[in-house]
Amino acid sequence: MTAGAVRPVVMAPAAVLSRPGAPVEPADPAVVQLAADLVATMRVSPGCVGLAAPQVGVGVQVFCVDVTEHPKTATCHGTLVLCNARIVEASRWRPGREGCMSVPDLTGDVKRAGRVVVEAELPGTGEAVRLVTDAFEARALQHEVDHCAGKLFLDRVAGAHALHQRKTYL
Amino acid sequence: MTELAITVIGPDRPGIVAEVSAALAGVGANLSDSTMTRLRGHFTMTLICTGADAAEVSAALEPLEGVLATVRAVEPSPVASDGEPYLVSVHGADRLGIVAAVTREVAAAGGNITDLTTRLTGPLYVLVAEVDLPPGAAGNLSVRLEHAAGDLGVDVTLRRAEPDVL
Repeated sequence: MTAGAVRPVVMAPAAVLSRPGAPVEPADPAVVQLAADLVATMRVSPGCVGLAAPQVGVGVQVFCVDVTEHPKTATCHGTLVLCNARIVEASRWRPGREGCMSVPDLTGDVKRAGRVVVEAELPGTGEAVRLVTDAFEARALQHEVDHCAGKLFLDRVAGAHALHQRKTYL
Repeated sequence: MTELAITVIGPDRPGIVAEVSAALAGVGANLSDSTMTRLRGHFTMTLICTGADAAEVSAALEPLEGVLATVRAVEPSPVASDGEPYLVSVHGADRLGIVAAVTREVAAAGGNITDLTTRLTGPLYVLVAEVDLPPGAAGNLSVRLEHAAGDLGVDVTLRRAEPDVL
């Protein structure tokens, strides 16, 4: 696997976070490098279980997810790196409170599907994959697919009182 | 920079937020954090603003019909919170002192309330509070809240509100 470099994470209101990402050619060496960089950046970020290309300033449809260590995980596919992912089925909608590395001071209550089917391509080979998952991995995949579509959890927050301050820094 | 603490309350009607925020923008008051909500028939706005003079803001809000406004200059007051986030829910028959009794227990446990809403609907009283608790304080608070709730004849739950960072 290509060695990944840690890239700086961009914060809202960066424009790249609000624009739909472009589809990619999975075999493109730049995409393979980006995929490796996303994983490397996710690994060095405490508590981070997923990272999408727009979050490192690249407006394309590539992201990684790894919920292996998370207590709310049920089904787990380990480290996933996906290109051009789309949610083709979603059910069992549940509320939950989420935060995002690109919106560090806020959290929001967001309804997500507790079961999803995702279709995507793998970087490098371009192999088409179809994943069925649930619980926390499903939530993480929806959050990252949203990033690739130019959406933040702020676009889905459940109500005016569903937005919360995460921490106030001195 | 000095901040302005502004409260506005008036009978709820369409356009009240637009009028108040236009008046604020007109004198250069920049809204930073605010919460605006309807409490029974009254529309209430609590805002922290920067960039304007208190007297000018007062003068700009004064002509708004039926609206009671207060404006005062305050020093910025950042608060660091290292606590663990919890949610307290209380519901039961309305009676005097529910909020006082519940928040007394939260304070005694070292908890800091960061958001709180109460609603009275018919005979039902509901309180929901966001609380930052010191590490390890939840177990003790849960027991104390159970006792307080028992005395009040209401139901209480304390649960973790930890967000998941994605």
